[in-house]
Amino acid sequence: MTDIGEYTVGDPIADEMAPSGPVERRWQTRRFEAKLVNPANKRKLSVIVVGTGLAGGAAAATLGELGYRVKSYCYQDSPRRAHSIAAQGGINAAKNYRNDGDSIHRLFYDTVKGGDFRARESNVHRLAEVSVEIIDQCVAQGVPFAREYGGLLDTRSFGGAQVSRTFYARGQTGQQLLLGAYQALERQVGAGTVEMFERHEMLELIMVDGRARGIVVRDLVTGQITTDYADAVVLASGGYGNVFFLSTNAKGCNVTATWRAHRKGALFANPCYTQIHPTCIPVSGDHQSKLTLMSESLRNDGRVWVPKKAGDKRAPRDIPEDERDYYLERIYPSFGNLVPRDIASRAAKNVCDAGLGVGPSGLGVYLDFADAIGRLGREAVEAKYGNLFEMYERITGENPYEMPMRIYPAVHYTMGGLWVDYDLQSNIPGLFVLGEANFSDHGANRLGASALMQGLADGYFVLPNTISDYLSAGPFEALTDDHPDVVATREDVEGRIEKLLAVDGDRTVDSFHRELGHIMWEYCGMERTEAGLSKAIGLIRDLKEEFWRRVKVPGTGKEFNQSLERAGRVADFFELAELMCIDALHREESCGGHFRAESQTEDGEAKRDDENFAYVAAWEYTGERPVLHKEDLTFEYVKPTQRSYK
Amino acid sequence: MKLYLRIWRQPSVAHTGEMVNYVLEDVSPDMSFLEMLDVLNERLTLDGEDPIAFDHDCREGICGMCSLSIDGRAHGPERATTACQLHMRHYSDGDTITIEPWRARAFPVVKDLVVDRSGFDDIIAAGGYISAPTGAAPDAHATPVPKADAENAFENAACIGCGACVSACPNGSAMLFTAAKVTHLNSLPQGQAEKQTRVLDMVDAMDDAGFGGCTLTGECATACPKGIPLESISTMNREYLKASLKRL
Repeated sequence: MTDIGEYTVGDPIADEMAPSGPVERRWQTRRFEAKLVNPANKRKLSVIVVGTGLAGGAAAATLGELGYRVKSYCYQDSPRRAHSIAAQGGINAAKNYRNDGDSIHRLFYDTVKGGDFRARESNVHRLAEVSVEIIDQCVAQGVPFAREYGGLLDTRSFGGAQVSRTFYARGQTGQQLLLGAYQALERQVGAGTVEMFERHEMLELIMVDGRARGIVVRDLVTGQITTDYADAVVLASGGYGNVFFLSTNAKGCNVTATWRAHRKGALFANPCYTQIHPTCIPVSGDHQSKLTLMSESLRNDGRVWVPKKAGDKRAPRDIPEDERDYYLERIYPSFGNLVPRDIASRAAKNVCDAGLGVGPSGLGVYLDFADAIGRLGREAVEAKYGNLFEMYERITGENPYEMPMRIYPAVHYTMGGLWVDYDLQSNIPGLFVLGEANFSDHGANRLGASALMQGLADGYFVLPNTISDYLSAGPFEALTDDHPDVVATREDVEGRIEKLLAVDGDRTVDSFHRELGHIMWEYCGMERTEAGLSKAIGLIRDLKEEFWRRVKVPGTGKEFNQSLERAGRVADFFELAELMCIDALHREESCGGHFRAESQTEDGEAKRDDENFAYVAAWEYTGERPVLHKEDLTFEYVKPTQRSYK
Repeated sequence: MKLYLRIWRQPSVAHTGEMVNYVLEDVSPDMSFLEMLDVLNERLTLDGEDPIAFDHDCREGICGMCSLSIDGRAHGPERATTACQLHMRHYSDGDTITIEPWRARAFPVVKDLVVDRSGFDDIIAAGGYISAPTGAAPDAHATPVPKADAENAFENAACIGCGACVSACPNGSAMLFTAAKVTHLNSLPQGQAEKQTRVLDMVDAMDDAGFGGCTLTGECATACPKGIPLESISTMNREYLKASLKRL
């Protein structure tokens, strides 16, 4: 083991489940090789699924259809509210309905390249294959995708692609796909194969004999702590963008389920890979509680610009064409306004840092639809983006048909997550991780419209095929509440709640969360440096210590207590934040959403270091310094190149 | 600005509730309504009082979790706007604002402004789906859907399940919610096979969950933040009648 300051280096790891052979045959091979469970035995096997978004909802529904006994958990009051619902733009699929040169191989290629060569080829190819089935599945469920007059499905273009492969339902694609999964899930609830637990939050993973065997949950209405057991546990609990406090995530999104599993031994991979989305509504003041995304699809027709002159305070319509800098079109002529998210975000930061930003804070750029309205007419623009324009007007009080939108980047998605193999199983036997909660498919940067694709691929098609290989060895020993491992885990949870309540200090949970978010945005946001990250680690440790000394959580644990819910989540965010900074500090290259100022090309683009960093960084929890396990990435089909969108 | 707030406080379903008055200063017009409540809760917490429980999650008008009745109107005064998307620029200094939970027999209060809407899930579980088990689907282009049908389906599928319709209805009826799902699914070719059982089973589940009957007052469609049209109720009634006759 090598000792390197904040962390130590342990043995390398490898994904042993992906078959070898031609990449286009691997998924077929794995499905054939995975052991099956016969229908009569499926009834004897139980699975806990945590989270009811696209991945969790689709998985619970499909496992129920297959005949397993499924128990599904969510913290919201209904599974229909999971944050997948807020995804606006669309879902990619290699249907090639446009005859514009798309194929499974091209979607595979675009996704590996878009991820800046930090994702596994095997996984990404499977994702591209399965994408085709997802659209079929969703249409059969009654998802009302946008259609053309002939009755066939419409598509649009998204960042990082030169084909039109994004299927959509106005600006509410996530909502429609989630409702499809939710309805399939409720169908199974009605059929009795899925038991649903709303307003329940997983607070700990139960492990027995080295296997994931259950969870400890808190009933958010009564405060009661209970345990539940199964033959396998599936985490589909989403991403951790709320570590930044301000993000486009829902207020309740949190890292607790995956972080608690990490503390029990599950490796956490690439935690520093964060996606900062370029088109969000800028912050308006200190009261701000969350940020709102404006779909990337707007970049199909909107043009991004800033005034050429710093400090130009004229109204945007009064600035003549030749005094505007359409900087994305200027710097990246071949992709223009449709460059990938990481590139668009950093470009916005650069122009604002140069003093060219617009709006009261100077942290904003224009996204202008005047040309599109002139070209297509207001009605056509309204049909495509009407609900997004309304949302913008509601929040800002400005009409985007008349005034260009003001946008600025915001934290949106986290590519990192628990490490999983090709079967989506973590290094803990019986613990599977799906969707944004795992790390597997997007590398260092996710392309637009690929999150919905991955969530549904994992839930509908991948996990139901791979989990049988593990479950075929079950059912495992029946557990009861008096099993010593169960008792110990449950006591840990109760002790932690008591500890949070006992501090009774003088600062609110939100005040700590906000301060943590400031540290992360400043030092572990769009641009990271060695000095900044080292400083951030110290600040986070100090703030965490202060949290456990001064936090005030009113009320008791035996009631509906939203402050207590938040306190537990923020306590976990502190620990995650430290690991994110350590990961960002150790990765001395720039790649995708991770931009280290020390590693850039002459014209300021991210500069990868494939010789030293072409690996997945999977971190082991020790309680003190984390241990780094490297999984080498090899590229047989998509040759790593310096990404260029010029 | 300075606001006078009257807020419903109720420790749990077992307790009786009451309106409590609060005064809040320095409210910025750029705050959202929920951010205004956040500011109040921060103050209550530091003063050693119990903060006000309210449901919220996405805060961008799509998850359907927020459920505030503001001055007697579901989601407040702005048309087609959820409480989380309502901004304080619509209020003036010195205003008094009354905030209550959804009021309906089928939505018991959990705490303060939080209610239990699980009756909605029961209605969906009874038939608000198309039976299409994973893997069984034909190619997406196998059945073209006329654009007008797809748009009608979408318009109804836009329901966020917030419960404003039930709260606004003098009878506490869930007809608009149920009708939106029936219209969405029954207007698509994929939904035809189950169109009759769907409407019958969902209406039965609606009655079982304790929602009231519909007298077509139309308050639901006026309150709906997503613009689900009142015509959907007529559509469902037609579907129900056809299905009932067939069953006879």
